[in-house]
Amino acid sequence: MKKRDIPAGIWDSCQSCGHMVYLKEVEENLNCCPECGHHRRVNARTRIEQLVDTGSFVEMFADLAPIDPLKFKDRIPYKERLKEVQKKTGELDAIVVGRAFIRGRAVVLAVMNSDFIMASMGSVVGEKVTRAIEAAMESDLSLIIVTASGGARMQEGMVSLMQMAKTSAALAKFDDAHGLYVVVATDPTTAGVAASFASLGDIIIAEPGCMIGFAGPRVIKNTIKQELPAGFQTAEFMLEHGFVDRIVKRHDLRRELARIIDYCGK
Amino acid sequence: MRSGGRVGLIMGREMNPITYLDFEKPLLRIEEDINLLELEQQQTGQDLSGEIKQQRARLVAKTKRLYSHLTPWETVLVARHPQRPLITDHIQNIVTDFCELHGDRLHGDDRAMITGFGRIGGHKVMIVGHNKGKDTKERVACNFGCAHPEGYRKSLEKMRLAAKYKLPVVCMIDTQGAFPGVGAEERGISHAIAVNMMEMSRLGTPIICIVIGEGGSGGALGIGVGDRVAVFQHGFYSVISAEGCAAILWKTHEQCARAASALKFTSKDLMKLDMIDDVIPEPLGVAHRHPLEASQALEKYITDTLRELKRPKIETLLKRRYDRFRNIASFFEAPSDTEKAKNDKPRVKKSSGTKGRAGSRSRSGTPSREAASSGRVAESSSSLSTSSATGSSGSTGSVRRRTNGSTP
Repeated sequence: MKKRDIPAGIWDSCQSCGHMVYLKEVEENLNCCPECGHHRRVNARTRIEQLVDTGSFVEMFADLAPIDPLKFKDRIPYKERLKEVQKKTGELDAIVVGRAFIRGRAVVLAVMNSDFIMASMGSVVGEKVTRAIEAAMESDLSLIIVTASGGARMQEGMVSLMQMAKTSAALAKFDDAHGLYVVVATDPTTAGVAASFASLGDIIIAEPGCMIGFAGPRVIKNTIKQELPAGFQTAEFMLEHGFVDRIVKRHDLRRELARIIDYCGK
Repeated sequence: MRSGGRVGLIMGREMNPITYLDFEKPLLRIEEDINLLELEQQQTGQDLSGEIKQQRARLVAKTKRLYSHLTPWETVLVARHPQRPLITDHIQNIVTDFCELHGDRLHGDDRAMITGFGRIGGHKVMIVGHNKGKDTKERVACNFGCAHPEGYRKSLEKMRLAAKYKLPVVCMIDTQGAFPGVGAEERGISHAIAVNMMEMSRLGTPIICIVIGEGGSGGALGIGVGDRVAVFQHGFYSVISAEGCAAILWKTHEQCARAASALKFTSKDLMKLDMIDDVIPEPLGVAHRHPLEASQALEKYITDTLRELKRPKIETLLKRRYDRFRNIASFFEAPSDTEKAKNDKPRVKKSSGTKGRAGSRSRSGTPSREAASSGRVAESSSSLSTSSATGSSGSTGSVRRRTNGSTP
């Protein structure tokens, strides 16, 4: 099932520059604002379409579905929340994993889907990331993960927190096996995901203007009781402080990834 | 000793001023009775020892009863109790010849993280842990136990040193979380935590991680990857603080107690969920009333565990450590019907262990409901139940067996 994350309008105002933009034009422009170049969020399927050689994507581990280990209930039970969002997005959980070609280079690709409970990392996300790492290791391919997440999925409690350790440990193995792992950080890459596999790439690429950070800006503001510096926790901020290797525009992503694979990949 | 009703004598022993939580008030009343009786005995010369003894017995019974039925939110308050023994207390009580090491070699010394050599029950170890601070001045200096990137990098530096000289690592976790501040972000707190987890998973020396008080999400996990993960009986280990969870999901701070229950982060729940290996019992109710005994329980756990961990070859240990975390999962997997089923054949077996955990967690016939809820075919439920039957072998099973042996 194909999903478009664009509201049922024809025109929309850009969140960044405020210009009224023709949505079809935005879509054709890889979901970037034609006026200011602002990179809008895209869901996993659209991202894959934009990133890989046409028709080359073969999905893996598509049948992993979340369960409710804690029988968690806030205002609505977690199970209902899941059902609702599964129906809305047509996905079982917040990540899509598969094999693909990018400009002819074979890769294992994992793409997180911010439409699905803000791509929070529950057990399914952790497991699929780990399996993607293992698949890349077994087949000796480069691994690319497009990250976007609000953090660990609190409805799965400690099970989700431990996915941070699990994915990091798997990446240690991949590292020992000299596998190439490229992170493409997109808006927003935060908290538990930022503090695990999204920070462990051999190469870390970020989309311009995307948010990357650990603690939520509101929490930080409340703690230090000061205004946050301009551009805090953006890709540019992270680049300036040495935690991102390159900021790459969406239009150049395919080319840049291919270039890196040619340098490091097998 | 009635200053505001908040301060009293503890078990009639030392003159330790103790903070009483609301639900601890009944204990305060009995303690005050004992004090009055003692005072009376002293002043009048009457022999009241029988009565005092009776009251003492009442106090012990009440204490035990009170702490055996804490709600999750009360557990949070106990774990954060101002008199709860901190890493510095444990070091003082059970570590001989502690040699603190400060340098992270990169930025600066983070007082929220203590690292250093020490001897525990005859074992030379590297001690790593969060420090919340004893008094206001110290608490401010170490940001109430919320570490910066330099703290995590210091700990990794020292853990590597430990591995080089074959010293086991003992991590004492006690933090609300990593420090949420501008400097922490600028210096890459995410990166520091991620690298710690990655390196700890392959560090060539035994690692024991113990939550001595609060285990606050990523900040705890940053020194929380090891061969054994234990939590003190009234400690907790959570993906997010109850306050944070309430603020996000209920949009209000008032629902902390409900959030605390929903998150299932008490030692008992974590044991049931198979997230931790052991629970360290707290003496006579609770650690902050008997800090020395709490430290001794910790010492016993560490020495017993180290003896066990020093036995296998390091390769075996590392493999088990990896599997321990690799197998933490709870999901439902329908049998794949596409061509990739062939490719995945070796993997199916591997994941069955994982599914076994998932299946065993959602016992009571949930599989079929899971199948229905995720829109999968009903036949898939049979795959889950069979895999859960076979899936209890391997490392998962061993975790459970060991756990059962040493739980209070």
